[in-house]
Amino acid sequence: MSTIIAPAEKTEVVPEPITPWKPSQKTKSVSIIVFLASLFLSAAIVLLTGLAGIDGFGLALFCVVIVVTTVRNLRSNQKSRKDAFVGVFVASAAMLAFFPWMSIFASVIVKGVRGLQPNFLVENMQFTTPDDELNMGGAAHAVIGSMLMVSIAAAITLPLGILSGVYLTEIRGRLTFLVRFVVQSMSGVPSIVAGLFVYTTFVDYTSKFSGMAGALALAVLMLPTVARTAEEVLKLVPDDLRSASYALGARQWRTSLMVVLPTVRSGLMTAAILGVARVIGETAPLLLTSLSNNSFIFNPLGGPIGSLPTYIFGLLQIGTENSINRAWTGSLVLLILVLVLFTTARYVGGKDKR
Amino acid sequence: MSQTVQTSVMSMSDGQSESPVVLGLETRNIHAWFGKHHVLKDISLKFPEKTVTGLIGPSGCGKSTFIRLLNRMHEFIPGAAMAGQVLHDGHDIYSPEVDAAAIRLKVGMVFQKPNPFPAMNIRENVLSGIKLAHLKVADHDSIVERCLTRAGLWKEVKDRLTATGGSLSGGQQQRLCIARSLAVEPNVLLMDEPCSALDPGSTLRIEETIKELAEKIAVVIVTHNMQQAARVSDYCAFFLTDGGPGYLVEADATKKLFTNPGDTRTADYVQGKFG
Repeated sequence: MSTIIAPAEKTEVVPEPITPWKPSQKTKSVSIIVFLASLFLSAAIVLLTGLAGIDGFGLALFCVVIVVTTVRNLRSNQKSRKDAFVGVFVASAAMLAFFPWMSIFASVIVKGVRGLQPNFLVENMQFTTPDDELNMGGAAHAVIGSMLMVSIAAAITLPLGILSGVYLTEIRGRLTFLVRFVVQSMSGVPSIVAGLFVYTTFVDYTSKFSGMAGALALAVLMLPTVARTAEEVLKLVPDDLRSASYALGARQWRTSLMVVLPTVRSGLMTAAILGVARVIGETAPLLLTSLSNNSFIFNPLGGPIGSLPTYIFGLLQIGTENSINRAWTGSLVLLILVLVLFTTARYVGGKDKR
Repeated sequence: MSQTVQTSVMSMSDGQSESPVVLGLETRNIHAWFGKHHVLKDISLKFPEKTVTGLIGPSGCGKSTFIRLLNRMHEFIPGAAMAGQVLHDGHDIYSPEVDAAAIRLKVGMVFQKPNPFPAMNIRENVLSGIKLAHLKVADHDSIVERCLTRAGLWKEVKDRLTATGGSLSGGQQQRLCIARSLAVEPNVLLMDEPCSALDPGSTLRIEETIKELAEKIAVVIVTHNMQQAARVSDYCAFFLTDGGPGYLVEADATKKLFTNPGDTRTADYVQGKFG
C-alpha cells in the first residue's frame, strides 16, 4: 500500500454540521408527544379509578411511563432498553425530590400572596393589632430588623470565616487540627444553644435584648458554615498556581491575597450565601437575644428589635385567621428576601474568570 | 466481546465505487465544528492495522480534534458538531445504532498527560478497563503481566504491583496508561502527544512499545516532534491551518514525506523552518 489517503468524494462544498450523538429532532418530538399523552392517560386513570389526588396522579404517571417505555423499546437491543428503564427511574426520583420543594413554594405563594399589599412592605405593627384587616399594618420593621442583624452577622463572620479557611489551607500552621476540630464541632451546635450562649453573656452584660445580641447569636451559627465552605473551595485551587506565584518572588500573604483568593471568588461568594441561608430563618436564638418589636428600630443596641422569623412566630401563636394570613405573607417576604439577596450576591460575585 | 472480522467487500451507502474494507480506521470527508467555528476541513485518511501513522502539524491545526473524532470523544465538548464518516473495520461509528462506549473499547486512547486512576494501584489500573466495561476475563494475572510487558513496564514494577500509580515516574505512568488501554484489546490505539511531557529515555521506551504494538494493531500518534514522527511512524499526515479550519496538506509514507515531499510547505515544516 503506497498511500493512506482514503478514497473519498472530491468536493469544495462544506457539508452541514451534524451531531449524530444527540437524539434527532424527530425522536425528541415523539418523546414530548408520548409524554403529554402519558400525562392525559394518567389524568384519565385518576378520574376513572380509585386513585386520587396528586400522589395518585404521580403513581399513575409512573406506571404509564414504565409501560410506554417498555412498548417503545420492544424492538431495541438490551442495552438501550436498560438505558430507557434506568432513565425513567432517575427522572421519577428527580420529580420526587422536586415535589416537596415545589409544594413548599406553591403553598407559601398561594397563602401569602393575599396579604402582600403595599402597606405590608412599608408599615409596621405599632398601631395595628394582628387581627386587623390585611390592608393595615405590615412587616417593614421585621424586614429591616432581619437585614440589620444578618448584615452585622455577615460583617463579623465573612472575614473570620474566610481567614480561618486561609489558615487551614494556605498557612497550615500548628493549630490547623485544633481550628478544624473547633469549626466542625461548632457546626453541630444547636441554634438554641447559640442563643443561650449570647443570652448569658452579651444580653446579661448589657442587661437588655438587642439587635446586636441577635447578630452575635447568628454569627455563632454562621461562622462554621462559612469557614468550612471557604476551606473546601480554597482546597480546589491547584498548587501549580501557588508555585507560579512563589516563583515570581511573591510572599505567602501576597500569593493568598492576589492569586488564591481571586481564583475562587465565586466560591467564596457561595460560602457567604450558604452562611446567610443558614441563619436568615433562625427563630430560636433570636427569641433569646433580640426578642421582637412592633415598631421600627434602627439602632442595633436600642433594645428589642423585630425580625421576620420572630414576626411569623408571634403571629402564628396568636392564631386568628388574619394573623395566620399575615404570617404566611411574612414567610413569602422572607423567601423573596432570600431570593433578592442571593441574586444580588451572584451578580456582584460574578463568575470566576477562567 | 467478540470481534467481527470483515473480509468481504462492502458497498458504500452513498453509491461510491466499491472499495475493499480497511481493517482499522478510515475517515471520509471528515469536518469538525465547535459551535459556528469550523476547525477541521475535509480529511480523508486510512489507518490500516499493523501500521503507525503520525499526525504532524503546528499547534491549532486540528490534529487533536481529528484524533478525538476517531473514537467519539469529540462529542463530549459542548457545541461540537461534525460531518463525514469514520469507518471502523468498515462500519460507520457515527451511525445511530452504534454504541459509542463499544467503539471506545475497540479504539483506545492515550492522552498527553499521564492519567493513571489515583484511587487504584498499578494492577488495578491495568485491569480498570476490563472492570469498567464488565468484560468477562478468566485470568487477571496473565493479563496484567502481558499488558505491562507489552507496554515495557513489567520489569520495573513486577515486585510492586500494589503500589499506587502516582508513585511511578512520569514516563512509567504513561507506560502504565498504555498498558491500561491494551488490557481491553483495542485494535486501534490513538495517542495524543504521548511523549511530550517525558524525558528522552522514557520517550524511547514508549516508541519501542509503539513499534511492538504495530505488529498487531493500528496506531495513530499525534506528535510535535519531527524526529519522533520519522523514527516511529510508517505513514505521516501533515495538517495545516491558514487561520481558518485545519486541512490536510499531504499524507504519504514517512520516508517519502521527509525526504521528497510533494508540497513545499511540508518540506519547510519537516525541516523545521516554521511551526
